[in-house]
Amino acid sequence: MNEVPKISRRDLMVATAVTASASSLLPSESDAATTPNTQAPAAATGAVVPTAEVVLDVNGRKHALRLDTRTTLLDALREHLHLTGTKKGCDHGQCGACTVLVDGRRINSCLSLAVMHSGDSITTIEGLGTPDHMHPLQAAFVKHDGYQCGYCTPGQICSAVGMLHELRRGVPSHVSPDIVAKPLLSIDELRERMSGNICRCGAYSNIVEAISEVAGSVA
Amino acid sequence: MKAFTYQRASTAAEAAAIVAARPDARFIAGGTNLLDLMKPQIETPGHLVDINKLGLDRIEATPSGGLRIGALVCNTDLAADVRVRRDYGVLSRALLAGASGQLRNKATTAGNLLQRTRCPYFYDSNQPCNRRQPGSGCSAIGGVTRSMGVIGTSDACIATHPSDMAVAMRVLDAEVETVRSDGRTRRIPIVDFHRLPHKTPHVETALEHGELVTAVTLPAPIGGVHSYHKVRDRASYAFALVSVAAVVQADGRGRVAFGGVAPKPWRSEGAEARMPEGASAVIASAFAGARPTPDNAFKVRLAERTLGAILSSSKEAA
Repeated sequence: MNEVPKISRRDLMVATAVTASASSLLPSESDAATTPNTQAPAAATGAVVPTAEVVLDVNGRKHALRLDTRTTLLDALREHLHLTGTKKGCDHGQCGACTVLVDGRRINSCLSLAVMHSGDSITTIEGLGTPDHMHPLQAAFVKHDGYQCGYCTPGQICSAVGMLHELRRGVPSHVSPDIVAKPLLSIDELRERMSGNICRCGAYSNIVEAISEVAGSVA
Repeated sequence: MKAFTYQRASTAAEAAAIVAARPDARFIAGGTNLLDLMKPQIETPGHLVDINKLGLDRIEATPSGGLRIGALVCNTDLAADVRVRRDYGVLSRALLAGASGQLRNKATTAGNLLQRTRCPYFYDSNQPCNRRQPGSGCSAIGGVTRSMGVIGTSDACIATHPSDMAVAMRVLDAEVETVRSDGRTRRIPIVDFHRLPHKTPHVETALEHGELVTAVTLPAPIGGVHSYHKVRDRASYAFALVSVAAVVQADGRGRVAFGGVAPKPWRSEGAEARMPEGASAVIASAFAGARPTPDNAFKVRLAERTLGAILSSSKEAA
């Protein structure tokens, strides 16, 4: 009765992709068998791809990895640790979809090399909360419908966590009227401080409501 | 991204020596600009030297009453420092007008000074660009020039320097401290740090290859009303069309520098002397010899009006 297997949208898409790539490999099956698919493309040309070892501490768990030095923190999280909550949007630090917390501070994980994060404490959306035990900001985004497609949402929430921490630390902003005074929470402050997170669906008004509700209880 | 080897340096002199010994080596700190440029292979270092663990992340008082800002102090921490907010408000304001919260948490003081132009032709490797590929030509000249520079440009390059922070540093007479591969240190006045393009726009700063910025120092506070007004196409998270950094004293005298208009922060001490006469007099002097295009001539008028607004509000605040 309860044994119907649950297939998530992502599982379905992964399965489809595997089918597609498997069929495309059929004509050259022997090549595929002799070429390890884990190697970087340059390996096929004989060049040695520089790698480095790194231990990433993500959501309280340590992961020892040997990575192509070019691997961004974003790609390490998604492609190597399979923490796909963190999203790749623009890959150039312009959209904020890849925002994670490093030692409690929000950064764009697309513009940081994984090998530079040895010893850092990294928190992704998966580490903030679970469906059963949501972080207050996750719950507020659900309550206020702070999204449409949801692609920017993990970055919005991680960014909001970091932003509220900055506010508590007294970091001023571009719109703070008195730069010396402790900044006060306002809609203008919130919008300015979240300007590094783009929502193409335009769910901004609900995002503001969600963050305001949580900020009001902690500021 | 082109493949590269990676290592962490443990001292500033060691980092400088490693980079100086390899023409294809580069320092990496925050990485927000360098990695962005490595992805489309505009920057193609073969070796990266990570300087994040050098301990250059402190802000200290100097014996002369100023501040010594470590090269690795991130933009957020510099903008939030209580001494900077109180005594160098123009710097705090300029930092907060730039980039996004996420980027300011990674971007460093030295990296901000060293960031490359955001000229779209520099970013488009299908187009000639003297700054990216010396001698290939300038696609901006005769191209879309609305965002380009109006003064200090040359027949080889008309791009602007994108930094907000550097404009405030110029107004504050900052100095850049460096160490070279042989351990020698020097101090470069900010006015001499960024170069005008002339015939060699790819030579952007006074630094030698392998010379590492270790700190930026600020002289003792000069008082006055500090302002940084940035005019851009959207309210936040965009580069300046025009920005004005100013420190205005109670008697109407003061200092002013402009961003978004030139290949380096644009300041003219001669023009500043005319500040008591008003914005028009300052602009006429500071922008004498400007070579705007029909598409960006608006920048000179915009600079005048922005300065005018600052002078009015400074008078009220004083």
